[in-house]
Amino acid sequence: MKATQIKGRLWVLTDPEGKLYDDIDTDMIFHNSHLHITVVEEMGQYALGNLTGWEDFARNVRPGDVIVAGKNFGAGSSRQQAVDCFRALGIAAIVAESFGAIYKRNAINSGLPIVSLPGLTERAGEFQTGAELEVDFETGQLSLDGEKTCQAEPFSQVQMDIFQAGDLFAYGKSLGG
Amino acid sequence: MAGKTIIEKIIQAHSQEPVEPGKIVWMDLDVRTARDFGGANVVQNYRQHYGDAPLDDASRTFFTFDCVVPANNIPYANNQHICRLWAREKGIKVYDVNAGIGSHVAIEEGLAVPGCTFVGTDSHLNILGAIGAFGQGMGDQDIAFAFKTGKTWFEVPPTMKVVIEGEVRYPCTARDLTLAVLGRLGSSGALGRAVEFYGPAIDALDLAGRITLASQLTEMGGITGFIPPSEEVLAYVRGRTTGQVSGVYADPDAEYIETVVVDITALEPLVACPPNPAHVKPVREVAGTRVDSVFLGSCTNGRFEDFAAVAEVVQGQRIQPWVMASVVPATRQVYERMLREGLIEALFDAGFIISNPGCGGCASGQIGMTGRGQVQVSTSNRNFPGKQGAGDTYLASPITAAWTALKGEITVPEG
Repeated sequence: MKATQIKGRLWVLTDPEGKLYDDIDTDMIFHNSHLHITVVEEMGQYALGNLTGWEDFARNVRPGDVIVAGKNFGAGSSRQQAVDCFRALGIAAIVAESFGAIYKRNAINSGLPIVSLPGLTERAGEFQTGAELEVDFETGQLSLDGEKTCQAEPFSQVQMDIFQAGDLFAYGKSLGG
Repeated sequence: MAGKTIIEKIIQAHSQEPVEPGKIVWMDLDVRTARDFGGANVVQNYRQHYGDAPLDDASRTFFTFDCVVPANNIPYANNQHICRLWAREKGIKVYDVNAGIGSHVAIEEGLAVPGCTFVGTDSHLNILGAIGAFGQGMGDQDIAFAFKTGKTWFEVPPTMKVVIEGEVRYPCTARDLTLAVLGRLGSSGALGRAVEFYGPAIDALDLAGRITLASQLTEMGGITGFIPPSEEVLAYVRGRTTGQVSGVYADPDAEYIETVVVDITALEPLVACPPNPAHVKPVREVAGTRVDSVFLGSCTNGRFEDFAAVAEVVQGQRIQPWVMASVVPATRQVYERMLREGLIEALFDAGFIISNPGCGGCASGQIGMTGRGQVQVSTSNRNFPGKQGAGDTYLASPITAAWTALKGEITVPEG
């Protein structure tokens, strides 16, 4: 069984005015000029490379870090690279108010932990880059710097099953697919 | 027990499990596809996880190349050829770089029919809602899994109803209606939901107009949008397939999570301003903005009817010399009809660049990109920063774009 609780250093994706970014689309996460790349390890360097103010993200992030964003994270295209670039960097989880529908599937299928926190935008001030966030995928419980907590949506059954199996393919095979 | 919405009925017809909103079920897929973007990743995933194992059903699996057609860079050329070679090995039909936009080819070729389930690597595959089919864009892992198993897991979305009050009157078009809905719902107003559209203005839409509306559900955050098929749409599909064709319609007592009424009785030409497709304003508010380029095409407005509307506006006139304006038909069939009915000549004479069919401006450069500071009016579906180059893109109807090309500045079309 993989651990269902993780703890990581936070990156809060804010715009140049300091406001939490909504609608970060897949072109901002992984620009279409890099779409020909098929090797996951090569994708990390381009993560958030087209998001204003975050062009250096890939160079500064460390494996095990956690990302926080606003509404509709991963809007737009179906490109898997927008998920895989974070896997390549070893991102432990992405917490957002909500996710783009296709992005949500892609993240679940590749075993990248994503957690929805309704109302996150209203309490965005509580989340500061550099803080430590603990996430429990099973209960949805979040702890910031060991104390303040809030309740996010726990993993769905399919999400947990795929996460535990590793990815969609491993899960499919476990079902005999 | 309450009745079912369109998506609930379609998924139920493709699943062994009881279907209700919020529930994750396994769903059988009628058709699965991959395009040149994502296609090579699908092949790589398939090989890595399934080796030489056979597909679930090669006759219901397709490649549709439409992003960079023909390839103008070596990585894309390599990826397309990886797909071609693997397709030959597996017996998969390829709609190659000469065919056009995959979702449109699917409708024209009768691969998609009302009520079917259809997945691929194109995030605008939900465009198939235009004929009452359930199309869904997915990532390359999902699609590799679908190629192998013919199935996918799916969380049954709740359905919202959007009722349009009023009619679309010239010079407004289905695109202005779509922009009005987008402006009202915003970029996440349909997030995670299926949408059903109703009202006399919806009933009156031709297939091209239905395609325009359905193509923008992704920009509203929606899973898909259904336009209940009219007799005209059913007849169109029947002409292109040998199987039984009938529409799927919601039960009268179906349950909706929300009903939104969009009043278009005072509809005027609209435009989506940078930086996103939901930043909708009346054209008059940005009229006079000098424009450097105009793009006509994409899965949103790349139909014959769209170009015919443009040709009617520009007939016998020339666009401004500083405006680089391009026309990209959605498919080879659209191109052929434009050729035979004189539209190619009319648009050429007016000063347009005319390209072979495909995704055009949306996919990094088939017909060029914008440079920093460049202002573009486009009939495509996204204007996110960087999407169509470094410039600023305004999204508008073909008629607004045509008037804009003629005047060299954003222009309110006249009726």
